[in-house]
Amino acid sequence: MREDRTFKIIRVVGLAFFTLITLFPLYTVVISSIKPLADVRSAFQWVPSRITFAPYADIWSTIPLARYFLNSVLISLGATAISVFVAILAAYAISRYRFRGRGVFSLTVLSTQMFPGILFLLPLFIIYVNLERAIGIQLYGSYAGLIITYLTFALPFSIWMLVGYFDSIPRELEQAAMVDGTTALGALFRVLVPVSMPGIVAVAIFAFMTAWGEVLFASVLTDDATRTLAVGLRNYAIQSNVYWNQLMAAAIVVSIPVVAGFLALQRYLVQGIAAGGVKG
Amino acid sequence: MGSTRPKKPESENLRVGQRSGEHVFPKARVRPQIFPYLLVLPALLFELLVHIFPMLVGVGVSFLELTQFYVRNWSAAPFVGFRNYLDGLDPSGPIGGALAQSFLITFAYTVLVVGGSWALGISAAMLVNSEFRGRRWFRALFLIPYALPVYVAVIAWSFMLQQNNGAMNTLLVDDLHLLKERPFWLIGTNAFWSVVMTSLWRSWPFAFLMLLAGLQSIPAELYEAASIDGASRWRRFRTITLPLLRPVNLVLLLVLFLWTFNEFNAPYVLFGQAPPAAADLLSLHIYVNSFVDWNFGLGAAMSVLLLLFLLVVSVIYIRVLRVGGEGNA
Repeated sequence: MREDRTFKIIRVVGLAFFTLITLFPLYTVVISSIKPLADVRSAFQWVPSRITFAPYADIWSTIPLARYFLNSVLISLGATAISVFVAILAAYAISRYRFRGRGVFSLTVLSTQMFPGILFLLPLFIIYVNLERAIGIQLYGSYAGLIITYLTFALPFSIWMLVGYFDSIPRELEQAAMVDGTTALGALFRVLVPVSMPGIVAVAIFAFMTAWGEVLFASVLTDDATRTLAVGLRNYAIQSNVYWNQLMAAAIVVSIPVVAGFLALQRYLVQGIAAGGVKG
Repeated sequence: MGSTRPKKPESENLRVGQRSGEHVFPKARVRPQIFPYLLVLPALLFELLVHIFPMLVGVGVSFLELTQFYVRNWSAAPFVGFRNYLDGLDPSGPIGGALAQSFLITFAYTVLVVGGSWALGISAAMLVNSEFRGRRWFRALFLIPYALPVYVAVIAWSFMLQQNNGAMNTLLVDDLHLLKERPFWLIGTNAFWSVVMTSLWRSWPFAFLMLLAGLQSIPAELYEAASIDGASRWRRFRTITLPLLRPVNLVLLLVLFLWTFNEFNAPYVLFGQAPPAAADLLSLHIYVNSFVDWNFGLGAAMSVLLLLFLLVVSVIYIRVLRVGGEGNA
C-alpha cells in the first residue's frame, strides 16, 4: 500500500491514542505499587513523592500469596498439559477421519462455549461432591477437580483451532510415514505434531491463560488449601481496608508470567489464529 | 480407511486398496470404525462430566423449589413445574421485573462492548497493518490488556475508579477540569459506565488480534491495484477490506457477543456480591439469586432462559448471515 502523508499523520495520532488508553491503567498499577501506603490512600499523584519497594515484600505476609501462587501454577500447568493432549487427539480424528457422529461431536463441543458458566456451576459442585462420596476420588477442594474443570474450558477453542491447523497440512506427510510402517498415532506424534508446533503453542498459551485468570469456578470449587491467585486476590480486593500499594504489587507479580509468556509467543498465536481460524 | 465399515464414506465410495487423496491409512484399516472414536473419547468424557451432564442436572433443578431449606437434602425439594420460569418471565412481578431490568442492562452493555471492541480493534489493526519502525512494539503493547489475567485488569480499574484516591478522578477533575465534583464511579448510575469501560479496555485487544490476523492475509496487490485505479482510502476499505474480513468478522462478532453477554468477572470483581442496580449484569444477577439468596431452582431457571436466548440469537445469526453470504459472495 502506498503510504501517503495523511495516513502517516493519522497513524501517529491513532497510535498515540491507543498507547494512552492502554498505558493509563498499566501506569497507575505500576506507579502505585511503589508508593507508601499513606500516598495511595490520598489523592492520586502521577509522579510519586516517595518511592518504596516494601509493598513487593509485604504482600507475601499480608495474604498467603506464595500458597496461592503455587496452587495456580500447579492447576494451570495441569489443565494446560492435559487439554493440549486431549485436543490434539480429538482434532486429529476430526481433521483426518470421516466417522459417524463427527459433525455432532464438533457441534456439541463448540456449543459448550455458549453455556453460561453459572448454569452448570452448582450442578458441577454437587456432582463433584457426590463422586467423592461414591468412588472416593476427591474433586471438590482438590487440584484434580479444578484441573478437570479448566481443561474443558480450553477444549472447544483448542480443538477448533487445531482442526483448522491440521487441515492446512498435507496428508501426504503422514501417509509417507505410515507407508514406512508407522502407526496412525505414531504418525500423529512424530510427523503432524512437530510441524504443527505454532498452532499447538498457541493453544497451550490460550489454555494456560484461561486457567490462570478464571474466578467464578475457583471461588466455589476450591477451599483454603487450594485457593488460587484469582480468588485470593479478588477476595482481598473487595475488603473495606485494602493496602492498595501491596495489591498493585501483587497484581504485577502474578501478571508477569502470563504477560511475558504471551508476548514472547504471540507470534505463534497470530500464526495459529491465521491458519486455524481465519482460513478455516 | 473405509473398506470394512458398513457405511459408505461421505465423499466417495472407496474400495479396498483404492487410492484416493483421502484417509487411506493402512494401519487404521485394522479397526477402522473404532480408532477415531478412541481419539475423541477423552475430550467427550471431559465435556460430558463438566458441561453436558451438569447442564442437564441444572435443567432438572430449574423445575424444583430448591431454596435454602433444601440445600442439605436437595432430593427432598418439591417439584414446582414451570413456576420458576413463570416467575422469571413475568415482568410485572418482583422477580421477573428485576430479571427484565437486568436483561436490558446486559443488552445495552453487550452492544457497547462488542461494538466498541470491534471499532477500536479494526482501527488499531489498520494502523499497524503496514510495516513501520516500532510496529512490533505497538502490537505487543496493545495486546497486554488481553494478556493480563482478567481479575488483575478489573482490580486495576477498581483502584483507578476509587472516588477519593483513584487516578480517573485525578485526571478528570484535578488535571483536565472536565468535572467539578469528584464523582463516585462504583456506586449509582456511573457503575454502568465503569463496567463498560473496564470490559472494553480488556476485550478490544482480542478483536485487534483477530482482525490483524485477518488483514495480514489480504494480499497487498489488491490495494495497489485499487490505488492505481484511483480508489480513495475509504473506498478501498469498503470494497476490499470489509468483504475480505467477512469470515473473521462473522466468527469474531459471535464469539464477542457470547463472551460479553455471559460476562461475570468484571462486575463480580468490581462490585462484589452486591452490584449497583445500574450494573446488574445477568450472570451476576443469577449468581446472586443462586448463591446469595440461596434460590437455586430460580437461578437455574434463569440460566436456562439465558442459554435459550443465546442459542436462538446464535442460530438466527448463523442462518441469516450464511444466506446473506451466498448473495454477496
